[in-house]
Amino acid sequence: MSSFRHTLIGRLTRDPLAVMAIVIIAALVVMAVFADLIAPYDYTAMHMTDRFAAPSAEFWLGTDNLGRDTFSRLLQGGRIALTVGLTAVIISGLIGLVLGMIAGFGPRWLDNALLFFFDTLRAYPTIILALALAALMPRGLTTVIVVVVITSFAEYGRVVRTQTLSLKHSEFILAERAMGASFGRIVFHHILPNVLGPFFILAAMNLPVVITIEAGMSFLGVGVPPGTPSWGSTLKDGFDHIRQTPWLILAGGLPLILVTLGFTFLGEALRDQLDPKLRSGR
Amino acid sequence: MIQYTIQRVALALGIVFVAISALYGVMIALPGDPTSVLLGPRATPEMRALFREQMGLDDPLVMQILNFWGRVLSGDLGTDFFRNRPVATAVMSALPHTVALVFGAIFWSATLGILLGAFSADRRNSLLDRVTGVISVAFIAAPSFVVALYSLLLFAVTLRWFPSIGAGEPGDLLSRIQHLVLPSLAIGLAWVGYVARIVRASMLEAMGESYIRTARAFGLPRRRVVYNYALRVAILPAVQVLGVGIGGMLSSAVFAEIVFSRPGIGTLIYTSVSDRNYPVVMGAMLVAIGFFVTCALIADLINAALDPRHRKTQ
Repeated sequence: MSSFRHTLIGRLTRDPLAVMAIVIIAALVVMAVFADLIAPYDYTAMHMTDRFAAPSAEFWLGTDNLGRDTFSRLLQGGRIALTVGLTAVIISGLIGLVLGMIAGFGPRWLDNALLFFFDTLRAYPTIILALALAALMPRGLTTVIVVVVITSFAEYGRVVRTQTLSLKHSEFILAERAMGASFGRIVFHHILPNVLGPFFILAAMNLPVVITIEAGMSFLGVGVPPGTPSWGSTLKDGFDHIRQTPWLILAGGLPLILVTLGFTFLGEALRDQLDPKLRSGR
Repeated sequence: MIQYTIQRVALALGIVFVAISALYGVMIALPGDPTSVLLGPRATPEMRALFREQMGLDDPLVMQILNFWGRVLSGDLGTDFFRNRPVATAVMSALPHTVALVFGAIFWSATLGILLGAFSADRRNSLLDRVTGVISVAFIAAPSFVVALYSLLLFAVTLRWFPSIGAGEPGDLLSRIQHLVLPSLAIGLAWVGYVARIVRASMLEAMGESYIRTARAFGLPRRRVVYNYALRVAILPAVQVLGVGIGGMLSSAVFAEIVFSRPGIGTLIYTSVSDRNYPVVMGAMLVAIGFFVTCALIADLINAALDPRHRKTQ
């Protein structure tokens, strides 16, 4: 297992897109984690004489409608994005993993029932469902996470199910069975490690989607509580004052674009390495 | 094929039924007393009692859901208590705007995506192909509401090439189209990337097939073989992707409609949610989910009709 990891990382570092992706992601993570140390200002401090300032040596990315430093707010926003993203991806990934393996291993009727369940959940357009649910739940990060989990675990479930099904009938599993391996051994030693490859690719590709949903919900005013410096709230402030300054929108969209680019490139590179059959025709 | 069609249609109907019933159930079961939500804080106890009886709120949950479907099937989506009009009217006047927006996005992604994809398949491994590859991924990665905001800022506010607000004058086709350009591009851009990649991959696959080689051996011009024969095969998977993608486009449409202040299902749901106007939210959700499931079904059936292999992949 450890030699496999070595070769995987070794191969990733030779792919320029993967290197770029890792650099972007690492930079964003460092900025989010050390936001308090890096930020030049307190993200709530208002500089009322410098409202709607353009980028300058004093305010690197300009200021917002209350004269708050945009760069400092975006750094804090990175924390929110990462917290929501990681929590939601881990929860929905685990639910999907368990349900997908149950569907793949269980009797035919259970498989069909779960498939129908997955398909039903995927019939909800994400943001529209988020709006409908947000009307029923208190505004806050928990609501955002619940909405994201509901809309995304079906995707994991489907992928894990397909993978489990095809493994279940493969020869090496039959051989294990014939040798009298226990159910637990087959599931945890043979199926699970083989399911994890596509699972992690999906998780890497899903994380920026989740971060975008959080930003989108905050932009629509059904995400983080008012005053919280989510990337979506910064964009909303920029949208509300689009005729006063273009910088809030320009700066607020940048981290979102970088995050999605980074994770999409990483997912692509991982897929190329882990699953040569799915290679994007390169 | 007939059996397959019946199966898929039944499944689609089942999905819509369960998805909407679940949502309706949650809506009436969760938020405390629906009468205070729908009638507002000033309603008298008598008004509440009357409303309870009218809406059948004392019936068991299953009965309420079945009654809801009974009304829906007879064309009654409920009443918009805030504006005192049938929900169906509100939804039906918003729907054409959203449908136009989504099909505008499909237009962008199909034309630009197929062009880019065919072009890079034709010149595989050239510098242009590589650049297109990176651009496609970048398009896929750009969040649609950021694209909407950036294009609003650049093309509408700064350059003033396109209008920034509304859906255009009723009856004036040119103005309607002008108002459609930016929002549909914002939604479609991500799908340009997807379509380009899929068209490229399936064209490269097709160009390795023997019938393409035969056509070349018969002396047909290369350009014609590539763009007529190989491209034709490659469009199918693109149709499939766009059909399934309509769900995502509907989500993006919410942002595009709000950013460009367009009327539509997204704006309708957004304002109804902020007003806690649940009957309208339900009606609009029903139409949005129905629209999405229908489009995915049609894309699926087109594929199955054109490629019999597809019918077995369940």
